[in-house]
Parts: sequence; structure tokens; C-alpha cells
Amino acid sequence: MLAKRIIPCLDINQGRVVKGVNFVNLVDAGDPLENAKFYDEEGADEIIFLDITATSDKRDMIFDIAKQVADNIYTPFTVGGGIRNVEDMRRLVKAGADKVSMNSAAVKNPEIIRQGARIFGTQCIVVAIDAKRNDKGGFNVFIKGGRENTYKDAIEWAKQVEELGAGEIMLTSMDRDGTRQGYDLELTKSISEAVHIPVIASGGVGEMQHLLEGFTLGKASAVLAASIFHFREISIKQVRDYLRSQNISVKN
Amino acid sequence: MIQIIDYGRGNLNNVKKAFNHFGYQAEIIDKPNSIKDASGLVLPGVGAFGDSMTCLNDQGFTDVIKSFVQSGKPLLGICLGLQLLFESSDEFGSQKGLGILKGHVTRFKTDEKVPHIGWNQIEIKKSTHLLDGILSGSYFYFVHSYYAIPEEESIISTTTDYGLSFTSAIEYKNIFATQFHPEKSQRIGLQIIKNFGEICANHSSN
Repeated sequence: MLAKRIIPCLDINQGRVVKGVNFVNLVDAGDPLENAKFYDEEGADEIIFLDITATSDKRDMIFDIAKQVADNIYTPFTVGGGIRNVEDMRRLVKAGADKVSMNSAAVKNPEIIRQGARIFGTQCIVVAIDAKRNDKGGFNVFIKGGRENTYKDAIEWAKQVEELGAGEIMLTSMDRDGTRQGYDLELTKSISEAVHIPVIASGGVGEMQHLLEGFTLGKASAVLAASIFHFREISIKQVRDYLRSQNISVKN
Repeated sequence: MIQIIDYGRGNLNNVKKAFNHFGYQAEIIDKPNSIKDASGLVLPGVGAFGDSMTCLNDQGFTDVIKSFVQSGKPLLGICLGLQLLFESSDEFGSQKGLGILKGHVTRFKTDEKVPHIGWNQIEIKKSTHLLDGILSGSYFYFVHSYYAIPEEESIISTTTDYGLSFTSAIEYKNIFATQFHPEKSQRIGLQIIKNFGEICANHSSN
């Protein structure tokens, strides 16, 4: 039986792992490779690296990181953040990323999804959707790290990216991100049930029960968390044991 | 020396490093010139079926791979590398494969999510050297939307359930292949790499 996936996410700024404290201040959390090795040892199902570097001249560091990580661990990993075109994807894949994740670039030029899928296969193309509740009971898609509202409907956009050839959706609730109150389960379930590709739930995890709910109520194929893992509050093994005790199929 | 075929898509360094980790020499090649001297050959999998066959043809690998297999030396196909061994695939229309094994490659038609991404279990159908030290129920990392249907059931060494039971590893004479990625399957995946290294070493010393 296919195991439900548990995925730690590392935010990378100018070549270093950073942790947000009180959701704004970035604190250095060490070397990306050391962190990757730690999660590889812990048996994380996958790892996601998100490049949040704002200055374009430091962006190239992510390619070196992808190469170092690929050369040192045997865990599949995804790299996202700042990908603008097929050439960026090619460089990341060549460096060793198993999957690439796009957000703003996919919204601005949806054809990039189709192009990427044709060259690297659909399984390689992850579309990240940052969604926020609107006052009509729906969800809008935001880009540029949550700064710009596209007024696109998140569910319609999810269906569209599947149609274009995305192999997976990484879905973040902006309302829940950083709150530690759990995933936006209504959002997660709506999108998971609207598409036939896997959905990774993201945004809001504060305790293990939230991860469980992502699967049972949110219908997600994978759950992503950042701070609970980085602060070493909970280990991957603890999560796995807990999920197994709740009859969720996980890797041993 | 184990050679790993690079047809211009992903990074194959971790396959190479995995062999090196167990003391086996390995190199990544993008030209077929030296294949006949290899002790074993790895055909990895990245990208789409038709596109990959085109790359293999353009780089002059197709016939060389077939003669290598005929020489009796061990070949390991990984993921798409397993699928390419068969005659044809449905991917993006009908595509011709290497045709080393009889059978067809088709897309998952199930209620489950496609691509099949993540860690899934294998059930061992016949114990083989490639699976030494590995038990039924072990988890390996998969990422694919298509699977092979071999004409000869006897070549199936493991199956995996995903809405239906599909072939997740095969072994026929000197041909070995896995639909999952041993190089992405942490410790247990490395066992497969080690076993293939041994198979190549044993073959060379015979």
C-alpha cells in the first residue's frame, strides 16, 4: 500500500537555512546540507527546499545546494522558489533535484508547466499554490510570496495546472501559515477532491494531530511541516509512530 | 567498471556514488564507445518514454545496449529504464521501446492519484540475487504514471499494489530492472545497488 508521506520543508535564504521567529525575524538555522543529512538519517519521505532569497544575485546559490544535497543523500527532494523558466528547471534537475516547484512563474506563464512536463515528465513538476480565503467563501491564489492577489479561484487554478501537466500540487493556506492551528482542512479537501494528482498539505502545523487531520479530513497525499521539525520539537519517527497508531499507512 | 548511461536529463551522480559507497567503480557515460568493456550497465530513468528513446537513438545507444545484453553481462534498468526494455508504450501516443523484453507499457487507470508518487511496498514473487537481504513488505520510492505488463509472467520478481497489482521489478537471465528508484530509497535502496555491484563482480570473475 502506498504510504502517506511526511515532508519537512527547509526555507533557504542566501544559501543558509532560516527559521522564522514570530513569523518575521529570520534566524540562521545552519547549513542546508547538514539539515538534509539529518532528515535523510531520520528517514523523511522527501525533503522540500524553498529558496526565499530576495536578491537575484544570490539566487545561484540554490543550484550549488541542490548539487551538494543530491551527492550526499538518498532521499528524494524538491526545490522551489524563484524559478522563472525552463532553463532554471533544467539547471536544478541537472544539479540533482528530483522535482521542481513553481508558483509565480506558473501563474504568469502557465505554458511553462506544459513545457516542463514535456521535457522532464509530469512527475517532476510541482505547482505551489498559496491560497487565502476571500469574503465570498472561496479561496484566492496569491503570488510573489503572498504579496500579490491574483484573484484567481484556487480550485479552478488547481484543475488548470493538472490539465497543463503538473504532477503534484503543494498547497499552502496563507490564513493558517505560521499560526500553528492546523491546516485549512476545507481548502485542502476541496483541492484534493478536485484533482487526480497528489496534493501536499502545507501551512499551520503545530502538533502531530494536525498532520493526521491533513490525511483523514484534508484527504492529502502528503503533509508538509517546517517549524515543528526544525525546532526538533517532534521527530519524524515520533510522527510516523503516532500516525501508524492512528491506522495511517506510513513507511517503516 | 559499471557504466551508467546518461541521456541528458537528470543528475546520475547519486547512482554512481551509491556504487562507490560499496567499493564498486562506476562511471557516467554519454557515448556508447566503451560499453563493451563495462562489467555491468545501468539504464536509469528520467523524463518521458518517447523523448528518452529519441535521445538513446541520437546518442547511438540503442544497438549497443542490445549487444551488451546479448553478451550475457548484467544490465540494471531503473524506473523508465525498466519500461524502455519492453516493446512499446502508450505514453504520449504509441511509442516503440528497445524491445529486449516482450510486453507493453501502459498508464495507470485507477481511482488512485496519478502519478504514483511515494513509498510503496513490494511483494517478492521470486527470490533473486538482486533482492538478497530484502523482504516482502519493504518500502521503496516510486514516481511514475506508467507501468510495464510483461508477456512472460515468469520474469516478474516483485509486484506492488496501487489500485491494481503491477510489476515493480523484473529479472530475466542477465536483465534486472526495478520500477522503483533504489538510489532514492535510502538504506534499503542501497542494498539493491550493493547486490547489483556483486552480480557484476561475480559475472566478471567467472
